[in-house]
Amino acid sequence: MRAEEPALVLEGVRAGYGDFQALFDVGLRVSPGEAVGVVGPNGAGKTTLLRVISGMVRPRSGTARFGEIDIATTPPHALPASGIAHVPENRRLFPHLTVEENLRVGAYIPAARKRFAERADYVYRLFPKMAQRRHQLAGTMSGGEQQMCAIGRALMCSPRILLLDEPSAGLAPLVVAQVFELVKRIRDEGLTVLIVEQNVAQVLRVVDRAYVLDAGRVVAEGASAELAADPAIRNSFLGGH
Amino acid sequence: MDPFLLEALLNGILLGGVFALPVLGCNLVFGVVDVVWLCYAELVMVGMYGVWFLHTQQGWPLYLAFAAALPLVSALGVLLHLLVVRPLLGAPPINQLLATGGVLFLLQGGAMLVFGTDFRSLGVELPPMEWQDVFISGTKLAAFCAALVGAGALWAFLKFTYVGIAIRAIARDREVMPLMGVDPRRVYVVASAVGGALAGLAACLLVVQLDVHPFIGLSFGPITFMICVMGGLGNMLGGFLAAFLMGVIVSTGSFWWNTEMSYVIAFGFFIVVIFARPRGLFAR
Repeated sequence: MRAEEPALVLEGVRAGYGDFQALFDVGLRVSPGEAVGVVGPNGAGKTTLLRVISGMVRPRSGTARFGEIDIATTPPHALPASGIAHVPENRRLFPHLTVEENLRVGAYIPAARKRFAERADYVYRLFPKMAQRRHQLAGTMSGGEQQMCAIGRALMCSPRILLLDEPSAGLAPLVVAQVFELVKRIRDEGLTVLIVEQNVAQVLRVVDRAYVLDAGRVVAEGASAELAADPAIRNSFLGGH
Repeated sequence: MDPFLLEALLNGILLGGVFALPVLGCNLVFGVVDVVWLCYAELVMVGMYGVWFLHTQQGWPLYLAFAAALPLVSALGVLLHLLVVRPLLGAPPINQLLATGGVLFLLQGGAMLVFGTDFRSLGVELPPMEWQDVFISGTKLAAFCAALVGAGALWAFLKFTYVGIAIRAIARDREVMPLMGVDPRRVYVVASAVGGALAGLAACLLVVQLDVHPFIGLSFGPITFMICVMGGLGNMLGGFLAAFLMGVIVSTGSFWWNTEMSYVIAFGFFIVVIFARPRGLFAR
């Protein structure tokens, strides 16, 4: 763990859309080098939480900081340059662009353009399949490949924290296992990861700690092993098995 | 084949090349900013006056006047975006249309005030080319080649530059762009500058073929929008192909009938296409 790496700290965050409030006094901390999960049922506010961190949704109150950066007052397009990369829900790839062009969009910020070749090499080493398909249209790939491409796109700007929103959504079980394996590798290389998932059992195997979000509130937090063993959590979120 | 029909076909293709530039410019701006520049043909008109003024009134060599028209109209596109379009980005589309439509009348009226209603001619003409009884205007051929070079440059920009790729990306999904560090508002300005530059290039190619007057925009503005819609609004390749199709229809229509009727045929074809394929000929 490097001392100069920033921590992500949220305190008392309230956020929502119009009359609908999705988050109530949410606090969260991700230390450098950690892999943290946010789990909870559909509609718990997990996606909104990530959107607050990447500046897509402005908190109504509370603070959100990444190191020295006040997320609430920084324009969203300036956040990738401060090291925040967000792989959004449903991947949101550009289906009509090739894999390599998607990576180019990911490397849009000036600092990333200079390092494009180096970062693309890194992504292609991480996902050899992407190297084979670099000139293929992203929309023509399988769901798992598209998820890898979306993660690769986010890695292009040399992030210091990677936000992943439901990377397993809509994928076959075997592919889900592959995606989590990749998340584990990225984490093991020292990148800070915050991952939001409904797939609680799987995600608890790759993160160090997790928060349980329900109806916009943090109802539990702790080390993955503790949460996985907690009977109340097992019953509510792991389907009792 | 009848040499006159062949001539009409070739002229149609040459005409399509010139239609293609404003169509690409309109589609680019619409695809990125999601606003139709109703005054697009009038931007071309300003560029035509610019070339005419610099060449015939100021005595600039033609190539310098051409070189000046591109940045001039490009800057005009940026101004249009900053002053008219940007304040209305969140407004209902009809307000955006009315506002850019207002600019159309502003530019027409302005041109009338400054230059009067006279038809202004550049007075340059390249000698025609002859090949086995088929005559092709040298000016039209040169304009066509320049249009292809312009379209090729646009293609390379959209294919190989970071901003160009971001422009293609933003046309599909604008909300996700900030996650990649892209400020959509800056991309809008770039697209408006490029859209304006294409209008400037179109102005250079038209001013050598047509006399310029304040209402010249009406002679190719409507057909430009028609081609855009026919190719699928925002679809660059569709618009490019539709421009050639329309060029050939107009040109062969006037071969079989006369120029006035050729536009009737073109608009009739457009109506049929829109009934059959409401999202454009080349919609996927």
